[in-house]
Amino acid sequence: MEAHPATAQMAPRAGMRLPGVGAGAGRGLVVLYLSLMVLLPLAALTSQSLEGGLGTFWDQVSSPLAVSSLKLTVICSLIVVVVNAIFGTIIAWILVRDDFPGKAAVNAVIDLPFALPTIVASLTLLAIYGSDSPLGIDIAFTRTAVVVALLFVTLPFVVRAVQPLLIEIDREMEEAAASLGAGGFTVFRRIIFPNLLPGLAAGVALAFARALGEFGSVLIFAGGLPETQVSSVFIRNQIESGNEIGASAVSVVLLLASLVLLALVSLIQRWTSRHERGSSGGLTTMPMSGSEPTGSKEEGDDERN
Amino acid sequence: MSGTSTASRWGLRTLGLGYLLLLLLAPLVMIFYKAFEEGLAPPFEAITSADGLHALKLTLLMVVISVPLNTIFGVGCALLLVRHKWKGNGVIDAVINLPFAISPVVIGLSLYLLYGTDGWFGPALAEAGIKVLFSVPGMVLASIFVSLPFVVRETVPVLQEIGTEQEQAASTLGANAWQTFWRVTLPAIRWGVAYGVVLTTARVLGEFGAVTIVSGSITGETQTLPLFVEKQYANFNQAGAYGASILLAVLALATLLGMNLLKRKEDA
Repeated sequence: MEAHPATAQMAPRAGMRLPGVGAGAGRGLVVLYLSLMVLLPLAALTSQSLEGGLGTFWDQVSSPLAVSSLKLTVICSLIVVVVNAIFGTIIAWILVRDDFPGKAAVNAVIDLPFALPTIVASLTLLAIYGSDSPLGIDIAFTRTAVVVALLFVTLPFVVRAVQPLLIEIDREMEEAAASLGAGGFTVFRRIIFPNLLPGLAAGVALAFARALGEFGSVLIFAGGLPETQVSSVFIRNQIESGNEIGASAVSVVLLLASLVLLALVSLIQRWTSRHERGSSGGLTTMPMSGSEPTGSKEEGDDERN
Repeated sequence: MSGTSTASRWGLRTLGLGYLLLLLLAPLVMIFYKAFEEGLAPPFEAITSADGLHALKLTLLMVVISVPLNTIFGVGCALLLVRHKWKGNGVIDAVINLPFAISPVVIGLSLYLLYGTDGWFGPALAEAGIKVLFSVPGMVLASIFVSLPFVVRETVPVLQEIGTEQEQAASTLGANAWQTFWRVTLPAIRWGVAYGVVLTTARVLGEFGAVTIVSGSITGETQTLPLFVEKQYANFNQAGAYGASILLAVLALATLLGMNLLKRKEDA
């Protein structure tokens, strides 16, 4: 469908007005809401962390317990992200390229970690992989438990980021490569993998951000022992013992990590949208749900115009 | 098919499905098994106890307040971002993503500091007799913060996809901005918005970290269902913990079902 040139000229912006308020007032409301709900609390956090000056901030962040919690969090998150990248891609692959009975149900259940409250996940992971494990696997209150809990909550990110890209890959390229003698692995490495890379990178970055800050799912299953204390649990403990500067200093470190990861995701997306026809107008999209690119089935050509 | 032998296909299928079985399915089945291990009565009694019912009511209150606010904000904000080019849009877009990446505990602590006795807002609000921390307003603020991005993120792509031709046609034919919104824009984006609402609701229902910090998790007073689960577990009351868990798990499954139905509507 094309816009009639005459109408487009006669009413250049009329249909785009925001109902109720003008764009200016709307913007004001949006900025106000975001400031009140998000920015002011984060500003209060940052200000509190610097209450005693930069020296105190550094002392808090570099205290042995804070450092060991940060180290544990980063190492576990790195392990989780690598496992996610491999298994997330495999799962996306079987959901797109394979066919087996119950595939639709499997596809639906991928989002379970987004829907199930983290504390329930923690409780049930303890039930199945704790001392009463019906499978005979007891990893409760260990660092392995931290990793498993994080694997559970971050499972959907890579799958949902890779899946739509896998759907869109031009099968003819693969067939051409195969007919020229490329083996299955070569086709994957040279053709499929480069196409999946942007989604994989974005999914991995989001999963990493989620893992760094995860709290509920780790709490019951891994506990708060000194050797299983991730940063979020450390922060909670500092609040409970009244050390607000320590809690907020480590929080600011996590906050900075989140900002860097979000910037990375947005860079990846800007980079890929420059190389593709489906530009998102500079706005980010999040692989946070079963959203496959709508309209990917209808070539998407008439939007180009 | 192309280049994939039957052996490697079965290998990948076994790996992928095996992983899902151990990580997702087994724990899911376990909740139900554990809850009903001693029969139907213990979980039922836990949920219908005075504290359990209070937690359920408080959880629903969080949903009833936070979800509409974030939905109105989300749709309005998405309209602005997509339909009105502005140099500040990039910043707004970035700020909206923050709650996805920030730890719930950090969110809770931020609110705790802003509204605490030494915080910027704490003293003035206390003087006005408004209690934010360890009561409902603080818990609502935490719920809004953690679930803020979903409606925006689900509405933006749908708005981009429908384009502006129909909206322009409507306004050329004399419709005002409200009429255009209700009759043209909203019907076109409704499934995307609904999808965002489902995700927002699920997040508010299940939020633990942020709410536990600002609420203090006082049984019978400031405890939502997820906090109730944790307290019951900490007090060695397995039946109580699993009883509330089962309720939350059923809600999660309903969420998944809703997501799938809406996805199908959106694609149709």
